[in-house]
Amino acid sequence: MKSLKMKKEFKVIAELLPNNTRVLDVGCGDGSLMNFLKEEKNIEVRGLELNQENVQQCIHKGLPVIQGNAETELHQFPDQSFDYVVLSQTLQAFYNPEEVLKNLLRIGKAVVVSIPNFGYWKVRMKLLFFGEMPVTKTLPNTWYNTPNLHMCTIKDLFKFCYEKNINIKQVVGVNEDKTSLIKKNNLEIKNLFSKLGIFLIG
Amino acid sequence: MPSLAGLFFWMNRKIENINKITITKPLKLDCGKTIKNFPLAYETYGKLNENKDNAILVFHALTGDQFVTGTNPVTNKEGWWVTAVGPGKAIDTDKYFVICANVIGGCMGSLGPKDTNPENNQPYGLDFPVITIKDMVKAQESLLEHLGIKKLLCATGGSMGGMQLLQFCATFPDKAFSAIPIACSSSHSAQNIALNELARQAIMADPVWDNGKYVSKNVQPKNGLAVARMVGHISYLSEKGMQEKFGRKLQEKADYEFSFNADFQVESYLRHQGYAFVERFDANSILYITRAMDYFDLSKQYKGGLVEAFKNQNTKFLVISFSSDWLYTTKENKDIVIALNASGADVSYSEIVTDKGHDSFLLNEPEFLKTLKGFIDSMYEKFKNEKRI
Repeated sequence: MKSLKMKKEFKVIAELLPNNTRVLDVGCGDGSLMNFLKEEKNIEVRGLELNQENVQQCIHKGLPVIQGNAETELHQFPDQSFDYVVLSQTLQAFYNPEEVLKNLLRIGKAVVVSIPNFGYWKVRMKLLFFGEMPVTKTLPNTWYNTPNLHMCTIKDLFKFCYEKNINIKQVVGVNEDKTSLIKKNNLEIKNLFSKLGIFLIG
Repeated sequence: MPSLAGLFFWMNRKIENINKITITKPLKLDCGKTIKNFPLAYETYGKLNENKDNAILVFHALTGDQFVTGTNPVTNKEGWWVTAVGPGKAIDTDKYFVICANVIGGCMGSLGPKDTNPENNQPYGLDFPVITIKDMVKAQESLLEHLGIKKLLCATGGSMGGMQLLQFCATFPDKAFSAIPIACSSSHSAQNIALNELARQAIMADPVWDNGKYVSKNVQPKNGLAVARMVGHISYLSEKGMQEKFGRKLQEKADYEFSFNADFQVESYLRHQGYAFVERFDANSILYITRAMDYFDLSKQYKGGLVEAFKNQNTKFLVISFSSDWLYTTKENKDIVIALNASGADVSYSEIVTDKGHDSFLLNEPEFLKTLKGFIDSMYEKFKNEKRI
């Protein structure tokens, strides 16, 4: 593989996606994940992105991207029109994450969602011992300027999927460079030591 | 100032010297009539390379013509898209071969209502057949054949140019590797039909128009045509853009004149635009071309609507809209994107935030031009690679 510089999270997501599939990257940023998927896995990618500058960067890279807001504009994608839909670390920023997830599951045959884990021990410590809203590397904003409206933990998203009858295919916990599979039997401990949770559902 | 008749004579003489092909193949028009052996005027910029993979077809808008950039040899003014097309520009003529043809129904050398009807040796006037966007596009496809271009690197156009482009992609799905429809719509809205009707009524209310027979008298219904142009110019700007540009500023005077002269700058601007226009455009052409726009409804041509129109598209699309455009709104442009998405086409979309209204695509809008350039350059790389394979 070419040494495309990419964060660990994207590497994990890329590993979850089989070659030669059709993938929609919701909130695709400057297209670095899309580029990787296209070049290395021959995946047919599409992106949805709100920020003008990011959209321009994708277009310059020759990546198909639609400028738009995932909260309000997912309806434009037909049912089951993609093999996979990817949503990286933005679920918690939507006004109505439940509705967005429903839409993603409608568009894709399966969905990859990653969340910053509010159950990570440092986050819990900050609130428990200092009585302050946690500010960490994965959660860099303060309470008054954070885009995150619906913070949740890996355990919360597990529970959500059970309650809504959403099939969980695989969950990966990420802490810096280390990754581990999360199952029912190690959920409590992994919920404490993972900075990120990456869910393959649907 | 030369008399209008003299001006017409002078323009017609100049028009005789521009590039033209005669399309001998009969073209069956949507209205049922057939035209053949008709002229199609065009202009090219840059050089077609050996592989013939650097050709870009530009479709012009309602009052445009084939003179995209440089100096228009007939009007001696700058080409209408000089901001985007030229050496080193977003559509770089040092690199790409740019083609633009005058639409049929127009008045810059292609067959139009001011030409002579071979049946009676009189100018066509209203005997000219009603044409459609599809007819325009079919005529231009013959030009590509003439130039020996099998597949375009890109086709693009704004406003009515974008409408022609959508039609072109639907009718000839394999002719363009990529396409950039800008500030357009897949069917003309009620508001746009209404504005076009206003323009037509202004022309037809001018007694000089005389049921379109003015051409043989070497006159032009310039008052009506000027009002038609003014309507257009209002619709090309945005409320905010207009307020910022003109506000309530007075035209070279300290106070109101208490008359109906152009006291306000905005009035003066409209009058100037209106009367400058009559020197270069034919009133009957406005009737015919606005009609073609009004009749445009791509979804109506295909059972199953717009999604069906774009089925089996291999063309890579970039749709661009402008936030303050109220003539061809972001919503209308997004509807195109939705249909392309639903048909499984490769589509990108960008909304450029600007106060400059519909006119933005003709102006120096850096974000727009950067997006245009980025897309075309990346498509060129892909097209070259694809051809190699």
